[in-house]
Amino acid sequence: MRADVVVIGGGPAGLAAAVAAKQAGAGRVLIIERDVRLGGILPQCIHTGFGVRWFGEELTGPEYAGRFVEQAKSAGVEFMLETMVLEVTPDLRVLAVSPRDGLVVVECGAIVLAMGCRERPRGALAIPGTRPAGIFTAGTAQRLVNIEGVLPGRRAVILGSGDVGLIMARRLTLEGVKVEAVVEIMTYPGGLARNIQQCLRDFDIPLYLGHTVSRIHGRDRLEGVSVAPVDDAWVPITEKEWFIPCDTLLLSVGLIPENELSAACGIELDPATGGPIVTDEMETSVPGIFACGNVVHVHDLVDHVTEDGMVAGAAAAARAAGRAGAGAGTGAVAGAGAGAGDESRRTLGEIRPGLNVRYVVPQRFVQGGERSGGGRILTISLRPSEPAENVVLEVSAAGKVLRRQRKEKVRPSEMLQVNVDRLALPSESGVVVTVSITERKV
Amino acid sequence: MRAERILILDEQAVTREKRTGRSGREIMRKSYLPGPLLVPSCSTFIATGLVAGWTFLYDTTARKTRITGGCGLQGTRSTQSTTVKADVAIIGAGVVGAAIARELARYDLRVVLIEREVEAAFGTSKANSGVVHAGFHSTPGTLKASLCVHGNAMFDDIAAELSVPFRRNGCLMVAMSRDEVGVLREHFEQGRRNGVPGLRLLDADEARKLEPGLAPEVVAALYAPTGGVVCPYQLTFALVENAIANGVTFMAGSPVTSIHLRDGRVMAVETPEAIIETAWVVNAAGLFADRIGAMAGDESFEIRPRKGEEYLLDKRVGSLVRSTVFPVPTPVSKGILVIPTVDGNIMVGPTAEDTRDRLDLTTTRAGFEAVFAAARRMVPSVSPRDIIASFAGLRAACSEDDFIIRPSRVARGLVHVAGIESPGLTAAPAIARMVAEILREEGLEMRARRAFNPVRPAPVRFAHLSRAQQARLVASEPAFGRIVCRCETVTEAEVVDAIRRGARTVDGVKLRTRAGMGRCQGGFCMPRVMRILSRELGIPVKQVTKRGPGSVIAPYPAKALLRAGRAEVGIEAEAEAEAEAEACSANGIGVRAAIKAGTGSPGGAGPGADSKVARGTRVRRADGIETGFQAAPTTGR
Repeated sequence: MRADVVVIGGGPAGLAAAVAAKQAGAGRVLIIERDVRLGGILPQCIHTGFGVRWFGEELTGPEYAGRFVEQAKSAGVEFMLETMVLEVTPDLRVLAVSPRDGLVVVECGAIVLAMGCRERPRGALAIPGTRPAGIFTAGTAQRLVNIEGVLPGRRAVILGSGDVGLIMARRLTLEGVKVEAVVEIMTYPGGLARNIQQCLRDFDIPLYLGHTVSRIHGRDRLEGVSVAPVDDAWVPITEKEWFIPCDTLLLSVGLIPENELSAACGIELDPATGGPIVTDEMETSVPGIFACGNVVHVHDLVDHVTEDGMVAGAAAAARAAGRAGAGAGTGAVAGAGAGAGDESRRTLGEIRPGLNVRYVVPQRFVQGGERSGGGRILTISLRPSEPAENVVLEVSAAGKVLRRQRKEKVRPSEMLQVNVDRLALPSESGVVVTVSITERKV
Repeated sequence: MRAERILILDEQAVTREKRTGRSGREIMRKSYLPGPLLVPSCSTFIATGLVAGWTFLYDTTARKTRITGGCGLQGTRSTQSTTVKADVAIIGAGVVGAAIARELARYDLRVVLIEREVEAAFGTSKANSGVVHAGFHSTPGTLKASLCVHGNAMFDDIAAELSVPFRRNGCLMVAMSRDEVGVLREHFEQGRRNGVPGLRLLDADEARKLEPGLAPEVVAALYAPTGGVVCPYQLTFALVENAIANGVTFMAGSPVTSIHLRDGRVMAVETPEAIIETAWVVNAAGLFADRIGAMAGDESFEIRPRKGEEYLLDKRVGSLVRSTVFPVPTPVSKGILVIPTVDGNIMVGPTAEDTRDRLDLTTTRAGFEAVFAAARRMVPSVSPRDIIASFAGLRAACSEDDFIIRPSRVARGLVHVAGIESPGLTAAPAIARMVAEILREEGLEMRARRAFNPVRPAPVRFAHLSRAQQARLVASEPAFGRIVCRCETVTEAEVVDAIRRGARTVDGVKLRTRAGMGRCQGGFCMPRVMRILSRELGIPVKQVTKRGPGSVIAPYPAKALLRAGRAEVGIEAEAEAEAEAEACSANGIGVRAAIKAGTGSPGGAGPGADSKVARGTRVRRADGIETGFQAAPTTGR
């Protein structure tokens, strides 16, 4: 089988990439999705809050996905459902398996990785106590309630204040479950401020910051958890622990980009994001393989995922058509001299996190001229390492400040974006652009 | 060849089947099985029978001449107890009981294997470290010493016959100081007297050459090349499967409630559902062996459980060591080990802590600290950062220093196999032989059964096959193309096969297939496995458990408020909603059934309900439930 652009994953990132690829003139565009339906995680996100940025209206997850499914279908995107990709190779081949088609190899003009992310499980946390039934990651519980139609329990505690956990606090409350507490080990919440308000405060659900679950009780089924404040080394202070009876514990302790396929393919990953290192065209270190959405870094809003996907899809279409940057990839940084023909003139600059910045995306940018499908603006997404107030977000290169932005408040749970004029970027090879967050000098 | 699923019917259903006149010829080997019959179902024949209160149907499509794989003796419980006649009843389907059952299956005997948990290996065996010990730890002259060395020697054959992964990776006991070198020498001598082959004393350089990951403080080591690792629960499952394939009856979920005696001789064993009339009882009840003894009036020993905590590390660091690394032992245990498992992980542990609670499976902060401090002393690069799972198990240690393998002095016909702590896993095959000998000496007539087949067909592991093999497999059986667990690449066909082989719970599927054992720890596959269990076992998703009764996973209907159409859910409304949800999931048309039933908005429990509910959310906010949900202020970012 052959396709011009193959998109792995039919969630919001993959759908946007496929639509954009079609719009950019790609011939055959194929989405490979492991589930029986498109939409990724969105079909189980039956709450509202999606699409405010992209559509200018508030939609539910299934509605948001539905609009892109319609667009993709009318654009002529093809789908393989219930199909799991087993392998992606650097020579742009995708090996997948499905009950209908068996083992299939697809030769691709370009590949877009859009596998999304997964939840951090409990095992890695090694909480003392028993191993009863009744402990779920928040997303698993969401699937059980919203898709399978079964409710895990009657009384719940949520460990971690990630957005999925907060949404589930409200969802379970609406199901008649008593949500006793949300417990967060950090001194600041992991989810969006709006979710803290709408999912916890509006329902009088207590949020314990600087606390953790110190022990799990119950033999066959969860009977309760001990909760305790933590010291500076995040070790629970057991003298101060108390018992909360509950039959359900949800874990919302972080999301990890799903990059088993990328790693096996030899794509260079950024330890800070857990996702591939990408250019501003969302191209990875393997030429012709692009990535977008939560597989690159975990986003707060689906709208941003869609934006990523649009960029990746357009760039992948251009690549498949033989235009733009053949043979570059992120590997061409610092004058690696790879590439062929005219395209070898294309070089990459590097973008690095500076003071109080945990990561930046993209980590590379195409120097000299406009990227395919984009204009003069280079958008950098970033997350701060620590919460801070009255700060300046600064983009600089070669001792020159390119952009300054005042921020009243920044926190790790909320992604920031900053735009830079490409023409202001230095063009010498090996240039490093740094993004930092510093205190505002009064 | 498309495998048909095992059907499990209740008694009414069987009666219904009988009324249709679809009886057939008997195919069950054992004459004590009442009422076996054949019924045509589609184009296949299915054998059905009633055993000990369990009703089941066996599929014979796949294997026309013999029945394998289907441990289909669990299912609908009958309220009346059934009487079963047996020659030997074995109590306890841990690795020891399972090995005994398979050993006795070599003879022309009616053997019943009774287990309190819903699946085999769900007690001590599940949490075993998986080390096949070389045999230098035990005092010469003890049962532990001789059975360990004999058992070890049997492992190559057993693993090959049963298709269980086993590797002789060697055991290495390390001395961390000059004082400890003396202890190594003692163990070297002890091992030689026990008959451990190939023992060698290594100096520091030799030891580090063998294991570059060892700490610089290691001054010497004792190396036993015959040491190995095996997966303890895979071994137990395989033993039980092979025993069943050779005619043994397996009764799971059947705690023994009493043992009947007459004139000081065993007559029968009673469980809530069955009375097993038998003259011979093997007590392999592990943590509860003393209680089984007491039921027969024999209180000659006491079980004193000793807890061990284990920590499993990611496969990423799976090559930290090649051999199993031991410290010099403490008076009560072999100490905390660094074990490369057969699956490619590293396991560190176990602790050794006496406890009175026979169900205490808690891990503790103290245990965690002890394990990592001890393991890092020997292998410094072991790190708690790599933990992917932690658990605890209970050793069935006892009031005597050695294994207790002997006929009861109080109840004739009862044979104890108790106090089987380490090296019990290693010794299990040898213990099984010894028990067979004891039964023969005590007067049980044992004639070899010609039809005994020692081979248990290997389950297919899709992830381990070549691409060409995978392609052929999917072409012949589409369910191999449906990946259920993406971390370990486990297919639907493998999950269904695990259920055919006896899995009844999410943990049972996990331990057999590895679905849920990967880096996401079941976050993705658990709802999918629950759905397959529900379908294959013919039970609602709500009734699927993690590891048996009491460990239900998601027992309530969701969207109860919508369904009940009331602001508050009272008990009645809840019951109503539950009944309705059951009806919905039973007939599989959730939403429509709910509407037809006229009990408010659709919110069906069945698959397919979700999208309708989700898309309709906005409309239905009017009915009062989701109103608060929408009315919440939104801050457009």
